[in-house]
Amino acid sequence: MTYLTDIGRYILMIKNIFRRMTKASVMKRLIFNEVEDLIISSLGIVVFISFFIGGVVAIQTALNLNNPLLPKQLIAFAARQSVILEFAPTFISVIMAGKVGSYITSSIGTMRVTEQIDALEVMGINSVNYLILPKIIAMLIYPFLIAIAMFMGILGAYMAGIFGGFISSTQFLTGLQEEFIPFHLAYAFIKTFLFAFILATIPAYHGYYLKGGALEVGQASTTSFIWTSVVIILTNFVVTQLFLG
Amino acid sequence: MIKVENIHKSFDGEEILHGIDATFETGKTNLIIGTSGSGKTVFLKCLLGLFRPEQGSIHYDGDRYMDMSEEQQRELRKSMGMVFQGSALFDSMTVAENVMFPLKMFTKQKITEMNHRVKEVLDRVNLDGADDKYPSEISGGMQKRVAIARAIVNRPKYLFCDEPNSGLDPRTAIVIDNLIQEITREYDITTVINTHDMNSVLEIGESIIFLQFGDLKWTGTKDEIFKTDNKTVTDFVYSSNLFKKVRKAQLKGL
Repeated sequence: MTYLTDIGRYILMIKNIFRRMTKASVMKRLIFNEVEDLIISSLGIVVFISFFIGGVVAIQTALNLNNPLLPKQLIAFAARQSVILEFAPTFISVIMAGKVGSYITSSIGTMRVTEQIDALEVMGINSVNYLILPKIIAMLIYPFLIAIAMFMGILGAYMAGIFGGFISSTQFLTGLQEEFIPFHLAYAFIKTFLFAFILATIPAYHGYYLKGGALEVGQASTTSFIWTSVVIILTNFVVTQLFLG
Repeated sequence: MIKVENIHKSFDGEEILHGIDATFETGKTNLIIGTSGSGKTVFLKCLLGLFRPEQGSIHYDGDRYMDMSEEQQRELRKSMGMVFQGSALFDSMTVAENVMFPLKMFTKQKITEMNHRVKEVLDRVNLDGADDKYPSEISGGMQKRVAIARAIVNRPKYLFCDEPNSGLDPRTAIVIDNLIQEITREYDITTVINTHDMNSVLEIGESIIFLQFGDLKWTGTKDEIFKTDNKTVTDFVYSSNLFKKVRKAQLKGL
């Protein structure tokens, strides 16, 4: 029953986000701040993880290619497919549920327990619009982050393949272009947009409706990470079934 | 003036306010007092429009809140200022930005005009030189002054304060109480203060209502509260040792 209440309240919150808009000049500044906090500050960790995971994918594929009849290009092909289709959009989004999601829940949750949200409401400001819409708009740039993750993942695979002596540069570049289906990129970015919305709104919901004090802020961050990850994984399954199934 | 009639408010089936009637006059510091759990904060949040009472009505200068459209209610809220118990300053903004916030949100003033007004109210609350500091870098008393400055910057008609001097030392608490009273008279606004501090009652209790377990038990002034025979009120008023001694002296005719 509480799950149904939560889902209903989440939907109402989403509806309210787009009502009684905040003044454009104020909203513009808020969006830039959120781009800085949510996207730019995540660049480092995304680049680091993507590069090394891409490398590991290449090494694992190479080590499992025991059959001499299988072409070496398969290493690049496997790295490309796994990075573009799943690793960059889904795996990075789950990591972002931890990084960006906890940040959103704890920052909004702290505003709730310190009555800053009440202060906004008393002033006649639509607090969900003021607090959550800038995050949703900032997260529209999230696919850009995922594009960087894709690039870094493939670069990591290339470096690991070449410097590990598993594959030549020519073989890698040939394998990278082999049987490339452009729709796979579209599929990856469509689901990235959905994940971006989930990443902005589910943690915001957990922070906004928080009750209690500092301890509850910590608990809400954990709960928000779990639910954001669960919803991302389920959405990934549904979207994959719809587009590729 | 704010007039409240028969306000009832429940949470999860439990009634917290059992039909409160009260009048808060303009130009006076109106106090809501009572023990913890008496429903003071719920009542104040009903006045602010943060909670919607199930029954009863609230009139702001004759206009019934419940009859107002959403737009009218929002406009009314722009004429309210609120000082929260914990100040509720925005952590990510400096003192000046916090005070300027309502102006940025609701006026079309130029930045020079806004800066001028911010300086004016910060001077009024005797807070100079803290403009660029963040709330975490200033003391509790200074935070309260910033909260008052933010509440009055847009020239409100109604000022609400939830335990404005909680967590402050007695001297700072009196300064804050007096500041609120001065501002109330100077701006001729309707001020409603939620408190359980007897020093505040002594200092600024021009009009007092006493709540207990969601019921209105007594109304009067600071002079009357020390003369009342209402046992519920006297139990509350004379609960501290200092006031007990005062009571004993009173009874002995000293």
